[in-house]
Amino acid sequence: MTPSPAPESLLFGRLSLEAIPLHEPILLITFAAVAVGGVATLGAITYFRLWGWLWRDWLTSIDHKKIGIMYMILGVVMLLRGFADALMMRAQQAIAFAGFEGYLPPHHYDQIFTAHGVIMIFFVAMPMVTGFMNYIVPLQIGARDVAFPFLNNFSFWMTTGGAVLVMTSLFVGEFAATGWLAYPPLSGIAYSPWVGVDYYIWALQIAGVGTLLSGVNLIATIVKMRAPGMTMMRMPVFTWTALCTNVLIVASFPVLTAVLALLSLDRYLGTAFFTNDMGGSPMMYVNLIWIWGHPEVYILILPAFGIFSEVVSTYCGKRLFGYASMVYATVVITILSYLVWLHHFFTMGSGASVNSFFGITTMIISIPTGAKIFNWLFTMYRGRIRFELPMMWTVAFMLTFVIGGMTGVLLAVPPADFVLHNSLFLIAHFHNVIIGGVLFGLFAGINYWFPKAFGFKLDEFWGKISFWCWVVGFYVAFMPLYILGLMGVTRRMSKFDDPSLQIWFVIAAFGAVLIAAGIGAFLMQIFVSVLRREKLKDVTGDPWNGRTLEWATSSPPPAYNFAFTPVVHDLDAWNDMKRRGYVRPTSGFIPIHMPKNTGAGVVLSALSVICGFALIWHIWWLAIASLLALIVSAIVHTFNYDRDFHIPASEVIASERARTKLLEGRA
Amino acid sequence: MSSAPPAAHGHDAAGHGHDAHHDHDEHGASHGTFGGYLAGFLLSILLTAIPFWLIMGDVFRSPTTAAIVVLVFAAIQIVVHMVYFLHMNSKSESGWTMLALIFTVVVVVITLAGSFWVMHHLNANMMPMAPHDDTMPMSPEGMRQMR
Repeated sequence: MTPSPAPESLLFGRLSLEAIPLHEPILLITFAAVAVGGVATLGAITYFRLWGWLWRDWLTSIDHKKIGIMYMILGVVMLLRGFADALMMRAQQAIAFAGFEGYLPPHHYDQIFTAHGVIMIFFVAMPMVTGFMNYIVPLQIGARDVAFPFLNNFSFWMTTGGAVLVMTSLFVGEFAATGWLAYPPLSGIAYSPWVGVDYYIWALQIAGVGTLLSGVNLIATIVKMRAPGMTMMRMPVFTWTALCTNVLIVASFPVLTAVLALLSLDRYLGTAFFTNDMGGSPMMYVNLIWIWGHPEVYILILPAFGIFSEVVSTYCGKRLFGYASMVYATVVITILSYLVWLHHFFTMGSGASVNSFFGITTMIISIPTGAKIFNWLFTMYRGRIRFELPMMWTVAFMLTFVIGGMTGVLLAVPPADFVLHNSLFLIAHFHNVIIGGVLFGLFAGINYWFPKAFGFKLDEFWGKISFWCWVVGFYVAFMPLYILGLMGVTRRMSKFDDPSLQIWFVIAAFGAVLIAAGIGAFLMQIFVSVLRREKLKDVTGDPWNGRTLEWATSSPPPAYNFAFTPVVHDLDAWNDMKRRGYVRPTSGFIPIHMPKNTGAGVVLSALSVICGFALIWHIWWLAIASLLALIVSAIVHTFNYDRDFHIPASEVIASERARTKLLEGRA
Repeated sequence: MSSAPPAAHGHDAAGHGHDAHHDHDEHGASHGTFGGYLAGFLLSILLTAIPFWLIMGDVFRSPTTAAIVVLVFAAIQIVVHMVYFLHMNSKSESGWTMLALIFTVVVVVITLAGSFWVMHHLNANMMPMAPHDDTMPMSPEGMRQMR
């Protein structure tokens, strides 16, 4: 619903009361629900006097573990939003047949599928993957924190800032109606004159700063802060995949930043980089954004591969089969992911040589990926497999991902792609690899590392219900889309003419409901586990008989992670230590030097959000003021020399003694 | 090193937990010498002055040749800056800086060469369209201007 371009006021830019979608009952109800929920949450925090605790212990924390948990919470919250969008789309497509318009007008429907894609990739998958890397990597390499602890907090808040802007667009103005990559000319000022695309641009730019900086941070951490003895080839596989992922982030996110900056120049200053006329080329945008976009999918999947590697070797009680080949496969995927981007636009008009080059490079990627699948299978072969929840997710992943990989290789054949491009077959393919790969990996990781982070295991009953709902729901929801895609149904349609297609969309919608039950069961699993935490308690710090260093410390780990930096002699360092009869030191503790919390990240991110909001609504005075405030606060923060402190030896002794007691109580 | 000093802090992170075969000083990178900076400075001036003269003196007839030669000088200039001012060599940080550089160069070359290749193809394959049709996605003229 684009209001007629009203004259912009000096004070409020193009923001007016009309921008609040009071005429849309769906949004109004959503807003009411969010407002009631928000007020209840804020009220509860105030009532229980938790503001001080929240601010001191969490929001300003630069402890990599707390930041990791906050990333996970952000991811789960945004998952609910992104999945609500998915349910709305499925419901619309299941009913909008043969002249019936459904319940969503096209402009609203277009915003929903755009928001679904943007949120699921940038604000669900990315925060959760980053959250795992933040939490686990320093523990796996025996470090006390990441290389730049404040930067870590800042990165988190910038990511959250982007999410805040996307959520704002729901109730103030509109979101982009362009699809998740906002191709011009549709995303240009001529065809998207209002604020939707601007919300898209500034949300991604702000979140992108966070992602890029956290990439820099984790690379520095992994390269410089490994425990003595941990050579590159003794690093846990998850840390290896985290390293490669962050290399991909640092190399590819600047391309996204640049291409979005060019698009915003087109929209704000009337340049013609991606316009139809004046010598611009919309195809250059498509080319550039996929140079970022293809590495992005590997940014998501590589850490998931790392999680599966850890899970398989732990629950099979074996060293990972082919560790070196696993590492090389990861590195090869990292390089190759830069050589395939054109397969996203085979149909754009390149010649046979270009299309066949990119088709072949795409097929080549399946070789290292296939090698990984075989490595996991050979690890399971003759292992003592324990089918705990993480292992169940891993097996489901291997089955599902192979199907997704095969349809991917099918799409990599340019002539086949000419038929399937932009069809629901493609939608089914990438949901098959993202849900079957990334999401299953995230759930495996959550079930695997939850006891490490919180000191108690997750409830198995609800976990299994969630697992089966997700896995079955995925197949029910997406197999029909493969069939529809093969029949030639294109994506992003809000209504259909042919009533014979309807049954498939109804089945898909039922699958989405099953997945909703899976998400519900997951939330229930956490709720039940918190209630039964005494019963599910893990006193050992090593509930699964783990193999890597994160299991060497207590659950949850103390702020300083390790009282003494561990020394590594072999791959699977903790397993090696246990095998050689490691005795936990109980004396000789010294004060530990740690970084201090700071609120600067919250402030900088809040100012960025204000600046982004002002730019979206053309409130120029506010944009300038908040940008200046942003620069000044950043400079002021550099003069803060009070950044570190020592955890006194007495405190270290106390927490280590408490752990000794716990361990003895078990024995 | 079981009682290693606490080190998980930004400032002294470099002194902790690096490669076992890491045998450099605290920062792992050299800081250059006066002679090195001087050589870099002179080379930079030289590499700027020559292309300047090539253009101002109209040495080449064809502007394309001139542009290519200037680009070559620019590329050499980049290498000079990296070696003399950024102290790029294969030893600093146990080779990590060199590895990062090689990776960056590879990615940049892939991006640029790939984009030129792809966009050239699109340009060559584009259907000629009627001049009055201004909704066409891309004119060959537009492509040429864009590059």
